[in-house]
Amino acid sequence: MSQGIVVEGLDKRFGSFNAVRNVSFQAVDGEITALLGPSGSGKSTVLRMIAGLERPDTGRVWVQGEEQTWKTPQERRLGFVFQHYALFRHLTVRENVAFGLSVRRAPREEQRARVDELLELVGLAGFTGRYPDQLSGGQRQRVALARALAPRPRVLLLDEPFGALDARVRLELRRWLDELHRELGVTSLLVTHDQDEALELANQVIVMHQGEVEQAGTPDDIYNRPGTPFVAGFVGASNVLRGSVWERHLHFGRSAVAGAYHLDDGGEAYAYVRPHDVRLTNQAGDLSFPVTIDRRTNLGWMSKLTLRLQDGQVLVAEVPNEDLDGVSFARPVFVDLRHAKVFGTGPAAAPAEAELASV
Amino acid sequence: MSTRPTAVPARGRLIRAGVLALGLTYVAILLLAPIVGIVWTALKGGPHVVPGPLERADIQHALFRPVIIAAVTVGVPAVLGMVVALVLARDRFFGKRIVSAIVDLPFAVSPVIVGLAAVVLFGRGGWFEAFFAARGIQVIFALPSMILVTIFICIPFVIREVVPVLEELGTEEEDAARTLGASPMQAFIRITLPNMRWALLYGVALSTARALGEIGAVLIVSGAIQGQTETATLYVLRALEERQDAAGYLVALTLAAVSVLVLLGIEVFKRRQAKEMGR
Repeated sequence: MSQGIVVEGLDKRFGSFNAVRNVSFQAVDGEITALLGPSGSGKSTVLRMIAGLERPDTGRVWVQGEEQTWKTPQERRLGFVFQHYALFRHLTVRENVAFGLSVRRAPREEQRARVDELLELVGLAGFTGRYPDQLSGGQRQRVALARALAPRPRVLLLDEPFGALDARVRLELRRWLDELHRELGVTSLLVTHDQDEALELANQVIVMHQGEVEQAGTPDDIYNRPGTPFVAGFVGASNVLRGSVWERHLHFGRSAVAGAYHLDDGGEAYAYVRPHDVRLTNQAGDLSFPVTIDRRTNLGWMSKLTLRLQDGQVLVAEVPNEDLDGVSFARPVFVDLRHAKVFGTGPAAAPAEAELASV
Repeated sequence: MSTRPTAVPARGRLIRAGVLALGLTYVAILLLAPIVGIVWTALKGGPHVVPGPLERADIQHALFRPVIIAAVTVGVPAVLGMVVALVLARDRFFGKRIVSAIVDLPFAVSPVIVGLAAVVLFGRGGWFEAFFAARGIQVIFALPSMILVTIFICIPFVIREVVPVLEELGTEEEDAARTLGASPMQAFIRITLPNMRWALLYGVALSTARALGEIGAVLIVSGAIQGQTETATLYVLRALEERQDAAGYLVALTLAAVSVLVLLGIEVFKRRQAKEMGR
């Protein structure tokens, strides 16, 4: 079995809160898999159950074909990187990285060589004698990664590893982790709430919502072929437009978009449109419709526009400025929505409203 | 605004200086004056008066007794206090708040009542008297009851120092140690214990100081038998009643000197802990 990590039917309750519900997925050996979801979606709990730090109520966990469900964390030999580093504050960088080797009673010479090798790898060779409080956030997380890798874990579990860092360091470490993974090829499972991070780093993305897996697939699948309204809304900031289905089109007042082929006429449906999939023209076409412009902000290379449809719904568009060259705001403006995804039910908060409207 | 820049700050400084002076005066009158008074009275006959009383057998015994009590006593609150602190900081259970409140009981209850409770349990006709009498163990009017009441009084010190440190530490470092291959025991000994060691020592130092100076409960349960169950504090009490002022003050001074040493230790532990928690 070449599967890195397999989980099957994981369930976990904390009191009356059902944190994880029937979660199953596989993480391919040698690749990075991302568990993506908003906070409270249960993704960290899944990771902690794989590491053995939480016990699942039901379900099973395998790593490289070996069942782990009843093993203790120290028997599993998995590397774990915590969001807040969890470095041992009373130990130096060297002692931190050596910890996993020294508890397994590796010979001193081997420990020394392995620690030097890893600190070299993470670019902190000159920091062996420092304490964690003498390092920056980015350096701490690199020490944490070296510490997790030192005992040669079978897989690496990363729990929001960049979550506590500022934006610039985040980006830097993300690139660095990508390179490191190319070099080492260790099977990795990355928990994150940042879709850019997941899409950039992972070969496979598992989107979680309210304790359940919403969709699993390649970054391309998740981004371009969202399977549920939640995924469409979460991955890439989306506009949600409510309309009614008529002749395979979704109509908003007298405007319409294509793509409602799977829905019956007369029903209500929602279109998900990303801001950069909105195109502006001065020409009316088959599927373009008139809008009024509420607000326009120039961000340098692109403009952010707040548009209002004829029926009053608001649409946010992000358009590269060069695409606006031929558009005159003095004349009527029309929009053309590309890649609209139409779903019969709305986002998590909307169904109640939709039910009310249909009574 | 910049025309009279010193007006308000000057008044603020004055108030601040006043508050500082008030605080220092309070400390000086209530804490320093008695110590200076004891030193002065004990040594006013000149330094040559010191060896005399300290060579007396009953005084040596009285000084040595609390050392034994403190030594035995401190180990128990240190170990059990640590266990209770771990439970209070880490576990959630029904009635946790009540347990947490009960832990503080020795702070609230007068030591005399603690002593009386021990007499009720172990004294003549007490619930456990028959059990120990049958085994030939004398509890009341002997060392066991003195140790027992001192342990009771010292319970909260370690717990109250260690719980906040454990709460701040959280379990992440322990979790990290577990994923790196440490057993729960290894994680505790190599990670948690070093992280709380200064708080633990601080609590132990406070208990020691309290054990050395305890009088109320010990007075009730010990019977204050000269040369047997008389502790240093009890000796001071007797010396004053028998108008042996010089010897009484000297023992008091010795007690105070030990307390100052313990206090210095406490300061060191407190600083180290504060420094390590910053990491």
